[in-house]
Amino acid sequence: MADFDEELDASGLNCPLPILRAKKALAGMDSGKVLRIVATDPGSVKDFEAFAKQTGNELMESGEEGGKFTFLIKKA
Amino acid sequence: MEEKKLAIIATKGTLDWAYPPFILASTAAALGYEVEIFFTFYGLQLLKKNLDLKVSPLGNPGMPMPMGMDKWFPTLFTALPGMEAMMTSMMKKKMASKGVASLEELRELCQEADVKLIACQMTVDLFEMDTAEFIDGVEYAGAARFFEFAGESDICMYI
Repeated sequence: MADFDEELDASGLNCPLPILRAKKALAGMDSGKVLRIVATDPGSVKDFEAFAKQTGNELMESGEEGGKFTFLIKKA
Repeated sequence: MEEKKLAIIATKGTLDWAYPPFILASTAAALGYEVEIFFTFYGLQLLKKNLDLKVSPLGNPGMPMPMGMDKWFPTLFTALPGMEAMMTSMMKKKMASKGVASLEELRELCQEADVKLIACQMTVDLFEMDTAEFIDGVEYAGAARFFEFAGESDICMYI
């Protein structure tokens, strides 16, 4: 997985908390910085795709590691 | 890109029905929507500082019950004293164990994201509700105020 600047652990949280926490984390970051998110909610896979599409932040990577879902989002 | 707008009317005051307005409003706000929620009738319960909402199995045949109780439990029994308190407590425990946010948390996230909360002045007067029991930052207004925003909204829903 590529480099990232900040990390957010949203494990154990259910919809819509992973998205809301990610939004908050991104708000405190500079444009071009990358946020890595770890989540356990299976719904977050589609949700982060939709979040990226609607907010303009780029979803660089989306994957699964040992039962957890990971995402890399670059702030627009 | 101009900001999209979501207008919600929240009319229900039970624990289960309190979730949709706050989940949708906070998520839409995170996606960049401008959001307003108009609380009317029982929906006003969702604005109280001290949220003491309940869920009732009575008259709610779609409600999944623990231990398959919905399969053999006669509907009439759901009217027994204590059933509502029991179901409310079980539902809250289940939500916490599944990592579902509390209503207080979702409501705070809405306010942080500048979701506008409007209380129906007519209902407040009708039920003689004490606005001191409501959270801060609530606007009190009528139906015309809601339409000012709803008329320009991209999505409008009644919950």
